[in-house]
Amino acid sequence: MTRYTSATNSDREEMLARIGVDSVDDLFSGIPEELRLGRPLDLPDGLSEAEVFDRLRQMSARNTDADSEVSFLGAGMYDHYVPAIVETIISRSEFLTPYTPYQPEVSQGGLQTMFEFQTAMSELTGLPVANAGLYEGPSTAAAAAYLAIGATGRKKLVATRGVHPHTREVLETYSAGYGSEVVEVDLEDGVTQAAALAEAVDDDTAAVFLQQPNFLGSVEDIEALTEVSKAHGALVVVACDPMALSILKPPGQCGADIAFGEGQPLGNRLDYGGPSFGFFGAAEEHLRRMPGRIAGQTTDVDGRRGFVLTLQTREQHIRREKATHNICTAQALNSLAGMIHLAWLGKRGFVELGELLVRRTAYARSKLAEVPGVSLVSDAPVVREFALSLDAPIGEVLDLCAAEGVAAGYRLDREYPEIENGLLVAITERRSVGDIDKLAELLGRAVSVGSEAPREKEAVS
Amino acid sequence: MSPQTAPPSTAEVPTAQQRDHATTIYERSVPGRRAADLPAAGVPETPIEELIPKSLLRERPAELPEIAEPEIVRHYNRLSRRNFDLDTGMYPLGSCTMKHNPRLNERVAALPGHARLHPAQDPRRAQGALELMWNLQQSLAEICGLPHVSLQPSAGSHGELAGLLLTRAYHADRGEQRTKVLTPDTAHGTNPATVSMAGYEVVRVATSEQGGVDMDDLREKADDQVACLMLTNPNTLGLFDENIAEIAEILHSVGGTLYYDGANLNAIMGRSRPGDMGFDIVHVNLHKSFSQPHGGGGPGSGPIAVSDRIEPFLPKPQVVRTSEGNGSGPTFDLDYDRPKAIGRLRGFQGNFGVFVRSYAYILSLGGDGLQEASETSVLNANYLLSRLSEGRTGKYLPLGVDRRPMHEFVLSASKAKDDLGVKTLDIAKRILDFGFHPPTVYFPLLIEEALLMEPTETETRETLDDFADTLEAVLEEAESDPAIVTGAPYTTPVRRLDEAGAARDPVIRQPLG
Repeated sequence: MTRYTSATNSDREEMLARIGVDSVDDLFSGIPEELRLGRPLDLPDGLSEAEVFDRLRQMSARNTDADSEVSFLGAGMYDHYVPAIVETIISRSEFLTPYTPYQPEVSQGGLQTMFEFQTAMSELTGLPVANAGLYEGPSTAAAAAYLAIGATGRKKLVATRGVHPHTREVLETYSAGYGSEVVEVDLEDGVTQAAALAEAVDDDTAAVFLQQPNFLGSVEDIEALTEVSKAHGALVVVACDPMALSILKPPGQCGADIAFGEGQPLGNRLDYGGPSFGFFGAAEEHLRRMPGRIAGQTTDVDGRRGFVLTLQTREQHIRREKATHNICTAQALNSLAGMIHLAWLGKRGFVELGELLVRRTAYARSKLAEVPGVSLVSDAPVVREFALSLDAPIGEVLDLCAAEGVAAGYRLDREYPEIENGLLVAITERRSVGDIDKLAELLGRAVSVGSEAPREKEAVS
Repeated sequence: MSPQTAPPSTAEVPTAQQRDHATTIYERSVPGRRAADLPAAGVPETPIEELIPKSLLRERPAELPEIAEPEIVRHYNRLSRRNFDLDTGMYPLGSCTMKHNPRLNERVAALPGHARLHPAQDPRRAQGALELMWNLQQSLAEICGLPHVSLQPSAGSHGELAGLLLTRAYHADRGEQRTKVLTPDTAHGTNPATVSMAGYEVVRVATSEQGGVDMDDLREKADDQVACLMLTNPNTLGLFDENIAEIAEILHSVGGTLYYDGANLNAIMGRSRPGDMGFDIVHVNLHKSFSQPHGGGGPGSGPIAVSDRIEPFLPKPQVVRTSEGNGSGPTFDLDYDRPKAIGRLRGFQGNFGVFVRSYAYILSLGGDGLQEASETSVLNANYLLSRLSEGRTGKYLPLGVDRRPMHEFVLSASKAKDDLGVKTLDIAKRILDFGFHPPTVYFPLLIEEALLMEPTETETRETLDDFADTLEAVLEEAESDPAIVTGAPYTTPVRRLDEAGAARDPVIRQPLG
């Protein structure tokens, strides 16, 4: 008997007798002899609750988390302060342990929070319809591509290199199934150039993928880019940072057909990358091609207001191979966390946080740009993240900073080799002016040490 | 003495629930109220327009609610009370494996070293996380009987897509472009939907009278254009397909892969392994067999386990173990150098928080405990079935396919519909009034008026008895006055809802501003 089962030996005997078999083995007699494992699983014996806790606490202590250093890591997931009420509410059994709301009469809490969440995502993106959430950011791009291919009958996907590298990689992966191709457009001075984009978009283009702010932190002129993208009838899909949508013009008002993004900054833990949620907003005309769950308002037989999962004929359990996406289990609890965080920030707090990010990031950028051997990749406006090029080997700089308790940022060398010793620095409200000054001091020291040493990069290549 | 006033009867006083008009958080908003207080910027208050051109800025703020913390908490607490949940009562949704969610798992997932670890942290400073992922991979490989695991897929459906993209890459590597994927007509809807997303054509394979794959139909349809067969075993009727070895042989003889939908893995852990049955690719729902809470529709996680010939194509990055040879023990890293990989399926490393919970669950139960969990889930299902085979339930709700099931089984309410005028839906709704969640209804599609029941191992015998008695009572009501059942539910926060109206004229957001 494990601690999560109740059947005692006498329960078992009586239950088996009732069933009319002699042993549990008899219940498995449908499995052919040669397919039975016939030995115990080669896994360690079970542990007590206390032992499991201690084991995992010890393992977790081998990770350097965002509380044990000053972290300027971002690249899509950010260390915002999540208010205590988020944890309290999403830990309630009534939100934590139900299944997808297939029986609406006993799922009104979950369905209503979906409706509230959809409303918030619609507000943020400036698009009239939004779903109840998908897995996470990059895979949501693939859902948008599926919609665009279905809506246009075309197969070419254009993405600027300002789109998160993970998102572009996911589009590439899914393209094997969609029969689509992904064409990338280079950035110039850290932003997408309308002329370069116009050259890549043609009559075969199903969708153009943009990102706001782009991966290097630069705020793009989405309106201008949308205009050239639409010249040939492609859908415009904008990946966005939900926190930046507090102050930036929403994609819907820039002419975008779809806006989506990684929801982690709203109410979700870093969790080494997941679970979080993806959000998805679209123009009204795409409603019946939307992926995932959508809650809708209705009334019950007594005329009382209620909510149901609606437009389910889009979904896999009804439509099967003609479904708009294969998604079933999504990230409902994570979307709820996002909604609670937004309710806590509120109409004014959300804007204030956006403004705080812009101002503090502006300070950080100018402070770091003053450091000898550090230069800005772009002088475009930024919200909360910016890219630097360092005059010293990036690995050594990061190691020196880490030794001083600072994660200086996200290294760009794998994904943007064209930026010499590239570093992406993210600022949140949790990174104080003192933290930023410390980073400037450390980068100055690291770059001067690194640039004096024989250049590792040249020695290797 | 003044005459005693009788308290008003409860029929005249609206209950708190009746007074709750599903007010939304936006409707509770009052201008000027707020919960958030933010730290001071600590830098000059430069006008934002001087930092970002006005043309790129919002013209008006997003219409988020304005509400103080106490009312936010009350709002969501009220909403929570309008949900049924697993901690309140039995949730026998077939193929969903609604087993208890151990709270230890929540506690360890919340440890700062897990919850506060940035996904882009240098792998040298995330050794505990990578080791946990490695250990979970090894555990799932042993349970599935397949040597290589990727934890990246975010849920079962994502794992399915991974499986078909792996299949496509495998065939392409051999210079083949195949066009079809076989799915049985008992398959989960995610299977055919996945087939389309992966660029294949769905070909349905019939089900035999014994409830397994119709072997003649399979032989006829298995040709050199078949890329893959997707199967759930035990299938969605709760039946183990005895012909599985021969099915694998047929598929492999035409060069196809065999894909295992792990939705029903909870029936066979430690008893039988998909890899040993001949499957090439398996997805595991960590939110089913491995106790991750369902969260009202996620998060989940859908790791995949594969055979040697599929391994080169696994998504990147992969967690790898390297030995430094200096006696300090193994170290772990993320390997991006995988030239044949299908690529990425999502950002970063996967739903790590779910990995922590499932790893804690596996550590808690151990090999023996996992086997016992499966055995008890099968025992519980068969016990419940034995109870339901008697009396009115036996008469009106017979088994869809009359064979001994494993962890779940399908009853058909066709007879109840014909003889009593109560459909599966009516029975499901009436069960709600008794404090149970109904089983999965109208699935699998090939059984008329299906009720698919999976009690799981964590329910007690007393609860199963209570559930059986409840179904008996519902049918007794249906015999005497079917209107009671067809009008149900009565005691829930709302009663039957107009779903057709909701879809006809969709209201999917609150009008604001």
